[in-house]
Amino acid sequence: MATENPAPAAARRQPTRRSRWWREVGWKYPVAVIVLFYAAFPLVFVLSASLNERGSLSGAQGLFSSVSLVNYQALGETSYWTWVGNTLIVCFAAAFGAVLMGAAAAYAFSRFRFNGRRTSLTSLLILQMFPQTLAFMAIFLLLLALGEVVPALGLDSKIALISIYLGGALGANTFLMYGFFNTIPAEMDEAAKIDGATHAQIYWRLIIPIVTPILAVTGLIQFIGSFGDFILSRIVLVSEENWTLAVGMYQWVSEQLTANWGLFAAGTVIAAVPVLALFLALQRYIVGGLTAGSVKG
Amino acid sequence: MSTRQDEVTAAPPRESHARQFGAGFVVKLLLMMAVNAFGIAAILSAWNAGAWAVLGGLVAFLLLADVIYFSRRMLPLKYLYPGLVFLLVFQVFAMAYTAYIATTNYGAGHNGSKEQAVEAALIQAETEVEGSPTYPLTVVRDGDTLGFAVNDDGTVRVGTEDQPLEDAPDATVGDNGAPSEVPGWEVVPRGDLLSDQALAQDVIDLRVPISDEADDGSLRTREGATAKIYRSSLDWDPEADTLTNTDTDVVYSPNDRGTFVGDDGSTLPTGWYVGVGLDNFSRAVTDAEIRAPLFKVTAWTFAFALLTVVTSFLLGLLFALIFNDDRIKGKKTLRTLFILPYAFPAFMSALLWRGMLNPEFGIINKFFFFGADISWLQDPWLARFAVLFVNLWLSYPYWFLVCTGALQSLSSETTEAARIDGASGWRLFRSITFPLLLVSTAPLAIASFAFNFNNFTIIYMLTGGGPNFDDTTLPLGATDILISAIYEISGVAGGRADFGLASALAVFVFVVVGVISALAFRQTRKLEEF
Repeated sequence: MATENPAPAAARRQPTRRSRWWREVGWKYPVAVIVLFYAAFPLVFVLSASLNERGSLSGAQGLFSSVSLVNYQALGETSYWTWVGNTLIVCFAAAFGAVLMGAAAAYAFSRFRFNGRRTSLTSLLILQMFPQTLAFMAIFLLLLALGEVVPALGLDSKIALISIYLGGALGANTFLMYGFFNTIPAEMDEAAKIDGATHAQIYWRLIIPIVTPILAVTGLIQFIGSFGDFILSRIVLVSEENWTLAVGMYQWVSEQLTANWGLFAAGTVIAAVPVLALFLALQRYIVGGLTAGSVKG
Repeated sequence: MSTRQDEVTAAPPRESHARQFGAGFVVKLLLMMAVNAFGIAAILSAWNAGAWAVLGGLVAFLLLADVIYFSRRMLPLKYLYPGLVFLLVFQVFAMAYTAYIATTNYGAGHNGSKEQAVEAALIQAETEVEGSPTYPLTVVRDGDTLGFAVNDDGTVRVGTEDQPLEDAPDATVGDNGAPSEVPGWEVVPRGDLLSDQALAQDVIDLRVPISDEADDGSLRTREGATAKIYRSSLDWDPEADTLTNTDTDVVYSPNDRGTFVGDDGSTLPTGWYVGVGLDNFSRAVTDAEIRAPLFKVTAWTFAFALLTVVTSFLLGLLFALIFNDDRIKGKKTLRTLFILPYAFPAFMSALLWRGMLNPEFGIINKFFFFGADISWLQDPWLARFAVLFVNLWLSYPYWFLVCTGALQSLSSETTEAARIDGASGWRLFRSITFPLLLVSTAPLAIASFAFNFNNFTIIYMLTGGGPNFDDTTLPLGATDILISAIYEISGVAGGRADFGLASALAVFVFVVVGVISALAFRQTRKLEEF
């Protein structure tokens, strides 16, 4: 616009255009700075605390007043890395199993027409509304009983915890995938069937490769869900060497908040960075998935 | 129970035509063999343990698995079964079982069967027999079995928990009078008892019967060096179904509440759990001790969930309105940075804020309140405010994303039409944009309400439910929501356990969630999509 106008007119209009720009767009930048400060301040603070060599809450006076890696090194003397390992095992296994079972169920609902299909879908939809965590007392007693028979399914077993997470998998994931499976034209299946493919071959060779993106997103949502679980892992995992990060780090902070602050901060930074990176990289898909399944929020 | 990894993967790879022996069929056969091997092993183990309910479940699940995967029909079930097993056991059964526990008095002092209660009562009533001789003792072991070897006036005698004392003729006695070597047994060095806490506890708990007669009492030790005779002052009479105190002659008989009551009115501390009908529910609304704090907790739960949704929705909407503007440079980067709190693991955020809100050292007081000593998490109303504030920080990005998406999908024709009619600015937002936005986000708002209604993590990690009410003995506090109250009443994390009451509350929450879900259903009409 400015280049089209003759110079004197532009000069005259400059202030008004400027103020209009400020009124409509410009003011949004200072606001953005404020929002940014609100969003990021705690995260900057935890990074600063993790680098503070004094390692206690009382020592963390100013932001980045000292920069050292002592807190990160000190993590090696605690059970932190064991907890990281446990968390990864539990969350990966739960995510993997949940994706397998959810995809299989979604395939069945999407491709087969059978008696009770509608009822099953409705019941699943209703069931997934009820939080599994509320039944933790029943789960506790159930594990006590199962542990008498199969110790691997009893208390203090990671396999038992994974199984519990898988119990919630069908309800949470099936719908997300069901919708996605429905978008794949059934003519493709028909064509493969005519060529002599069995239903298992259609599922593994045809459908699964197409739906890989949604499988990845479902897996990630499930992973984040298990990662954040406290109540069930706290009840199931009794001994310290079996704890997940949520249980272990809560223990640090609840018992000796000020003394363990540096450890907590360093542990948080290490654990949160990969989750943060993954989430932000896949935010488009995750938000779509969350609005459908509502895991968090 | 076919609850194992192999089963999970077992679901899909199979051919419906068993006559084709392709690779898929081999894989299926191998997986089913593994499932059956595990299932049968578990069934045998359940048989040995006498766990009949578990046994029944295992048999049913295993038979069903074999029928489903080896029959040519039931195609959908082949894909659904593994997920269904987990769903049925760990969700459906768990919910039904919660409802059952709600009708029992399961909890501290009532957490086992009657037989277990009798055994516990006998052990608790055990006291040192007056004038008992002191036997020099050595702890011995055979594999995992611990035993006592004592020097009984020159004769060494050995026994374990299940094996009453018997003579060990070839044993030798050491300088301190305790047996030093016992053939067939490994002597546990005394130093081990000092260094190994778990072992020391096992030794203290160990009771070795003197003989087959229970009345003779049993040997116990306090420090692992000497043993004395202990005898229970209670006597169990299975025929009469009573316990009798042999010292005071009080006879304890069972009542219908799972407690032994003596004929002098006293009760024994250990009981067993029995059905109490709807007692837990009526206790929650009639017992003043429980009702008052529970009412406050329930009111706060609704307020917390509602205020969280409203505040975070409004803030997210505000940001979305401001920054959904193509003229802003770096819009994408800004958006990514704005949702940082949402991408950060929630439990870590809550713990982080807990430190930041610390009155003494917390950075909030130091930076923003000039070092004032504000007890954010110790004052009831400030703590409630802090919880809402932190949860706002956690959840506004969700609404920012949702509202941005909704704004972008609003049809520009509608807004154009309104503009032509002369509406602009606030009027346009109030009459056109906002109502349309509400329609598309209402189901999410309901889901978010249901989620926050049970948002255990934020409450427990940030305040632990505190500050505690001072007018009740229940471990509840000003920021407790129902699920954290249930957690604390249940006593799984310590304190007095009351599974019955906690489960009754859980059933109440199930009902609330059910009603909310029904509302959500109406809103979304999701069912019509099938």
